[in-house]
Amino acid sequence: MEHIPILKMGDFLLVSIQVDMHDRLALTLQDDLTERIVQTHPKGVLIDISSLEIVDSFIGRMFGNIAAMARVLDADTVVVGMQPAVAITLVELGLSLTGVRTALNVEKGMALLQNGSADRESHNGRPED
Amino acid sequence: MAVLKTETLLLRLEQDIVRVRQIARQWAVEVGLSLVDQTKLVTAASELARNTVIYGGGGEVILEALNDNNRRGLRLTFVDQGPGIPDIALALKDGYTTGAGMGLGLGGAKRLVNEFDIASRMGEGTRVCITKWK
Amino acid sequence: MSRESVSKLPEILRKYERELLADWMEQQLASPTLRRDLIKDADLHTQSQEFLNLFREATQKGSLVDTSDSYWEKVRDFLEPLSRSRAEHGFTPLETATFVFSLKQPLFDRLRKEHGRDTEGLAEDLWSTSVLLDKLGLYTTEMFQKSREAIIGRQQQELLELSTPVVLLWEGVLALPLIGTLDSARTQVVMENLLQRIVETGSSIAIIDITGVPTVDTLVAQHLLKTVAAARLMGADCIISGIRPQIAQTIVHLGVNLGDITTKASLAAAFAVALQRAGLTVQKRAGNEPPNAR
Repeated sequence: MEHIPILKMGDFLLVSIQVDMHDRLALTLQDDLTERIVQTHPKGVLIDISSLEIVDSFIGRMFGNIAAMARVLDADTVVVGMQPAVAITLVELGLSLTGVRTALNVEKGMALLQNGSADRESHNGRPED
Repeated sequence: MAVLKTETLLLRLEQDIVRVRQIARQWAVEVGLSLVDQTKLVTAASELARNTVIYGGGGEVILEALNDNNRRGLRLTFVDQGPGIPDIALALKDGYTTGAGMGLGLGGAKRLVNEFDIASRMGEGTRVCITKWK
Repeated sequence: MSRESVSKLPEILRKYERELLADWMEQQLASPTLRRDLIKDADLHTQSQEFLNLFREATQKGSLVDTSDSYWEKVRDFLEPLSRSRAEHGFTPLETATFVFSLKQPLFDRLRKEHGRDTEGLAEDLWSTSVLLDKLGLYTTEMFQKSREAIIGRQQQELLELSTPVVLLWEGVLALPLIGTLDSARTQVVMENLLQRIVETGSSIAIIDITGVPTVDTLVAQHLLKTVAAARLMGADCIISGIRPQIAQTIVHLGVNLGDITTKASLAAAFAVALQRAGLTVQKRAGNEPPNAR
């Protein structure tokens, strides 16, 4: 059975999705991540989707599930590198990815995780002006 | 309007959903759709392919490359002989896309394409036809 | 009435091609629509000769009423690039069509001579020849239009690219100053471009300034909102600045919900917010000391 590799980097788990996942692979990733989080107690999970050209509602829900499950185990989740075409399509699709924080790239995503997120809200929350 | 070429793909297993994504992408590139339009079409195809496999009990998708007075387009028709959709209007409403529910993704998919047609009969099957023009 | 026994057009084209060419050239060179500045006499002669040749060939076998049949294909294939070239060189549609219409007079003169006393035959021929050349003349106009539209399309594209540059104000802060009226198509292109630049520059803040936009309709407002939502999904935030009172009214009137999108009156104010969010401050140097003092 295929598995998407999960890397441990200090207090964080890193996943880089490089392939067009079929549904079962996505569910396997969900399960694998849950297991790793329970085993290693990371502060956060970073998912790099810069190679992902399609995110449909199934994959979108997967991200939501991962974030929710990580939250229960006291870890933050950041999804990084979403392509513009994907973002535009998700907006049109009406998928809001609540509970999932996002950042432009791995560097910014790590910074976000390291600063910790005092707010447990959806990524729509923002510091005051 | 002319159909320049056509191909039918079987949709039985979930691996077929990925295959449809890949082939729809190839066809979209050939038709000359922009990157954003390609992405929208392939995403819509993914949603509908999944419906066919999971809720329709399997079926097929017919791809057609179109030329209407020099305007090029791509049409995908998803057909299954499954249980059918009891309330199409409800299925097209947005709650189905974002919720944890059935996630038929129909309403969302409709917004991603130029033309959207759906016909469904309880106990007989469903037919969804989407078209994206250049 | 068979065409062979009635129309003398194919015949005179065979017998008098040289004379017809000479007459036609004389006609064109004397015409007020002649553009000596845009085309050399020698080139006009070559083109006329070629056209007459193809015209003669087509009339031998092709229909004398329908210029869309296969025998007329070579004539059409000749006229299309000719019209396109005329359009590109600045000829008017009339000047271009006159190339074809001016052939009427020489043909009519010949037909008159050939028909002699057969006034009915002459009338028939004058009419059908006129219609034939009308169709070809209109064809040049059609081709002219098409090529003009292509030129305009290209220019529009260039204008689009020139008029909406995305500017990197500071590291991580992009600005998109929009100028002029936005239509749906333009807005979409501009917004996709902005999102692409966000990725390329790694900017987490984008300021969309609409000071230079006189009006905003629902469609444009929706595109703006979708762009902000897409940027958010990617991990960047947008600030909309320069909302004029009229536009603010329109937005409220249309029931468009800006939600929690930050809005500022001016680009400068938006920039200040952006710097603050980036954790930067601008400090005034103490006194009038030159930068290199101490």
